[in-house]
Amino acid sequence: MASLKDLRMKIVSVKSTRKITSAMKMVAASKLRRAQTAAEAARPFAERMERMLGTLAASLVGQSGAPRMLTGTGADKVHLLVAVTADRGLCGGFNSSIVRATKHLAADLLKQGKTVKIMPVGRKAREQLRRDFGQYMIEGFEQLGRKGIVFAEADQVANAVAGMFDAGDFDVCTVIYNRFKSAIAQEVTRQQVIPFPLPETTGKAEAGAKAIYEFEPGEEEILAELLPRNLATQMFRALLESQASEQGARMTAMDNATRNAGDMINALAIKYNRSRQAQITKELIEIISGAEAL
Amino acid sequence: MAEKIKFELVSPAKLLLSSPVDMVVVPGGEGDFGALSRHAPMITTVRPGVIDVHDGGKVSSRIFVAGGFAEVTEERITVLAEEAIPVNELTADMLAARKKVAKEAIDDAKSDADKGKAARLLAIAEAMETAIG
Repeated sequence: MASLKDLRMKIVSVKSTRKITSAMKMVAASKLRRAQTAAEAARPFAERMERMLGTLAASLVGQSGAPRMLTGTGADKVHLLVAVTADRGLCGGFNSSIVRATKHLAADLLKQGKTVKIMPVGRKAREQLRRDFGQYMIEGFEQLGRKGIVFAEADQVANAVAGMFDAGDFDVCTVIYNRFKSAIAQEVTRQQVIPFPLPETTGKAEAGAKAIYEFEPGEEEILAELLPRNLATQMFRALLESQASEQGARMTAMDNATRNAGDMINALAIKYNRSRQAQITKELIEIISGAEAL
Repeated sequence: MAEKIKFELVSPAKLLLSSPVDMVVVPGGEGDFGALSRHAPMITTVRPGVIDVHDGGKVSSRIFVAGGFAEVTEERITVLAEEAIPVNELTADMLAARKKVAKEAIDDAKSDADKGKAARLLAIAEAMETAIG
């Protein structure tokens, strides 16, 4: 049985833990609000870019000489997986769910005899994937978005990916990130960015293409500029969504931790009071029986 | 002018402008063009420069863009800009900073790709200078 002093110290320590977790929760909540606004503000750009690209792609379908980033290399041999996680932990299943999804996908691809390369974005992805998939790992990115994600950072990642693609280092690129659904729910999302997945709403795109567009300069020149931009935009979106999800996940995790600490303090307080009473009773019995013996 | 064209200006960070206007003059990749309602559908690149928004018989706003793309349909024009700043918010300090970065990039450029990038930065800085001046 723990002594009264031990119990008291334990209560104090849990109390200070609770203070920390509740402060972290508050910080995450305020960051979440900012990240969420940023993620939502970035959606129109990505949507319009997709629409424009869809129109262009629809008018180019079946023509030879379309850029490789649109049609792919024709092979399906080397896969690049971009795993987007946070730099920091203490946010529930946020990082590990991405890591799990990446491992799963990588194992699947390896079983099919494909080659896999993993680009970790965020410190946690690198740390957690290094043990099992260290030999497939290529250089990634860390410390992105310390003061909120800016487009230049997404551009950096996109440039690295595009550079590898141009060098023929991979055929298919998939980004794995947490899509922000609400403050308490994130969804692990796999998005193929290279080759550009043609919009499934082909019917709609065709209708759009029938209104004959003029292209200035030619379709191919525009595509050559638009595709790398689109890659950066998709990365930007993934980073923003991931950032918002991270804060949401951390807020939930810290809320749970705060509540657990509260429960623990209550349980400890009851235990403390019981042992204190027991001790007083014991001392009384000792005194009384001592007096009776005289 | 009865019919208006719906003008949307979007940057990666947010939707900057979305309103019906009389006419928009955009610095297209192959020359400036004005887009009015019922313009022929067109997709074009945008070079760094200034977008003039005409509304109510005068230029209602001028916005500096650092390149991007424009999609014109009969009823709307969408400009996807890499960066967009209203001209009256541009400052000499911003310009000086841009110029410095561009110059450094040109001095450091080794590969052709780097040189291309540096030239772009310089073009943006020059367009900004014209916009201010």
